[in-house]
Amino acid sequence: MTAVSEQVSMAGALNRALGDALADDPTVLVFGEDVGALGGVFRVTDGLAARFGEQRVFDTPLAESGIVGTAIGMAMNGLRPVVEMQFDAFAYPAFEQITSHLAKLRNRTRGRVSLPVVIRVPYGGGIGGVEHHCDSSEAYYTHTPGLRVVTPGTPDDAYRLLRDSIASPDPVIFLEPKRRYWAKGALPSPAGSGSIGFDRALVRRAGRDVTLIAYGPMVATALETAEAAAEEGWDVEVVDLRSLSPFDDETVCASVVKTGRAVVVHEASGFGGYGAEVVARVTERCFHHLHAPVLRVTGFDIPYPPPKLEEHHLPGVDRILDAIARLQWDDEVVGSYRA
Amino acid sequence: MARTRAPERTLLPGDEPLSLLRKDGTPVDDSPLSMPDDDVLVELHRRMVVGRRFDTQATALTKQGRLAVYPSSRGQEACEVGAVLALRPTDWLFPTYRDSVALVTRGVDPAETLTLLQGGWHLGYDPYEHRVGPQCTPLATNTLHAVGFAHAARLKGEDTAALVMLGDGATSEGDTHEALNFAGVWRAPVVFLVQNNGYAISVPMSKQNAAPSLAHKGIGYGVPSVLVDGNDVAAVHAVVREALESGGPTLIEALTYRIEAHTNADDATRYRTSDEVAAWLDRDPVDRLEAYLTSRGLLDNARRAAVAAEAEEFAASVRAKLNVDVVPSPDELFEHVYATTPRHLREQAAALREELA
Ligand SMILES: Cc1ncc(C[n+]2csc(CCOP(=O)(O)OP(=O)(O)O)c2C)c(N)n1
Ligand SMILES: [Mg+2]
Repeated sequence: MTAVSEQVSMAGALNRALGDALADDPTVLVFGEDVGALGGVFRVTDGLAARFGEQRVFDTPLAESGIVGTAIGMAMNGLRPVVEMQFDAFAYPAFEQITSHLAKLRNRTRGRVSLPVVIRVPYGGGIGGVEHHCDSSEAYYTHTPGLRVVTPGTPDDAYRLLRDSIASPDPVIFLEPKRRYWAKGALPSPAGSGSIGFDRALVRRAGRDVTLIAYGPMVATALETAEAAAEEGWDVEVVDLRSLSPFDDETVCASVVKTGRAVVVHEASGFGGYGAEVVARVTERCFHHLHAPVLRVTGFDIPYPPPKLEEHHLPGVDRILDAIARLQWDDEVVGSYRA
Repeated sequence: MARTRAPERTLLPGDEPLSLLRKDGTPVDDSPLSMPDDDVLVELHRRMVVGRRFDTQATALTKQGRLAVYPSSRGQEACEVGAVLALRPTDWLFPTYRDSVALVTRGVDPAETLTLLQGGWHLGYDPYEHRVGPQCTPLATNTLHAVGFAHAARLKGEDTAALVMLGDGATSEGDTHEALNFAGVWRAPVVFLVQNNGYAISVPMSKQNAAPSLAHKGIGYGVPSVLVDGNDVAAVHAVVREALESGGPTLIEALTYRIEAHTNADDATRYRTSDEVAAWLDRDPVDRLEAYLTSRGLLDNARRAAVAAEAEEFAASVRAKLNVDVVPSPDELFEHVYATTPRHLREQAAALREELA
């Protein structure tokens, strides 16, 4: 049981979600590299092997395609594997199993085979990690029909989304913003765990002038930006996407129709990136309500930089404020609108 | 993970393939394998003849435009049939595109077997109905599914083994090695049956592998390994059955040959000689078993004619089923992507319906 007011880190919330899922459903298994005795390199699986035993929480040989491929076989045989990829870029060896089988088997078998597999991937930068430890790989997965792709921005959502992911009959790529692992927040009460809706976006901060669309590690950055923007006179609404695929057009468009301006923020490179899809959808659906083109603030179109240069790459408050400033504000119109 | 038993069987294969029947159908005297019972041998024969007829029928259907493509397993019937009939009812089969004969031998409806190649859908059968995984096209990826499936059975306390089929070329893929390693570490009840038919499309074994045999690869993973004459259906049946009952993993390399081209779309004369094919025609698995059964008085002309008639009847039913035009509904495009069709797909389905109206 978890108390509403208890403060936990995102890593702790994820650990709690895994523990509760293992306790509630005997078919849930947790496995991957170093998830047993060590509790994972980020300690997300801390204590679970001791509590649930080696049959249910275990270390595998070091092979990502093997981890996902065997998870598929286990799911075909009625189990619900929750597997960990140690870091974003180290999930790439599993790409074939994810795209050709995990994502497609339901479709290929006309719905006869259901693969309730969750692949947890610590992703993104901002932790001073060396190369191959900081990729934002969401677009590879969101471009693959059949996968659900979700990413929490807060500890309470980490708990909720992971429980929802494990309960989902569809395969889920669960992207964990590793730079937010240690940020604390309240846990939801278990009864409220599904209350938001698995594939719904959430308005994290209401505002009237501009919608900031963010997810995962950028939710906190967007909220920080909104505070800074308030000092400059902009009332910013922050939408946390939560589910990157399927995409919640309804919540996003309701916000943009209201504000008439939008900026999409992500760490990943912009070209061919997830933000391009968001911009296209918002433009197609909200065109007549827009006062300015929808802008993106993203990482540069470069391989993830070395630790001493990553601050230049990652979108921060200033760069997002600059984008807001470029949204063709007409003082008179804005003034009257905001009066 | 729990180790139920240490690998007590030999990790290295013998130098010579195990066999029970010589090329001319005479029995091998000192084989370590035990000959299947007479009724099993008779059934193996019947299924090989029917399977081969199915195979030629499927190739013929490509010429009539009823199938987009067909990868024949002619010449490999001892593996296709011998292995499948060794499966116990609770065991699972994880086949490849090459293994349509294995599927019909397992009891999958021939039309459902050919749905993929006919183009109506990606898969025609229900995997749970016959305990047959989807025919796998991305090479070697099914090896990991089999290991995971078998390991799950172990965790659930079920007596189920998995038999995964793969080709010689597929043994070069990383997934094969990961699967052997996982199976070794977990002692998973899974049998890897490599049908070494000499080629991966055009590429011969010499360019695929430097080990003394493909079965030699098992030792690196702690997986007991067997080399078997893949055109000797009695031997294939015996080694697969023993492996399924062992409770742990086994790597079996069956030496056989693909008599037809890779598929009907391939031109095998570009990479192999007709002499080579002729030499393997001389080792035909059906002829071999027929010679043995005849010598034992288990097959006479009347029985031969009856089996041939059954095969013809089966081929006619395949023709009849495949000559029906199947027009899948475009609505179905959107139905099985997620458990519940999300809004954006419902919108796309509606748009397509409108376009077609
Ligand atoms: C991952 C992957 N790479 C390439 C192919 C294309 N391909 C299809 S069959 C084949 C040859 C496979 O040879 P082998 O494993 O010996 O099986 P066989 O066809 O001889 O039964 C190739 C290269 C594929 N299906 N999957
Ligand atoms: Mg081959």
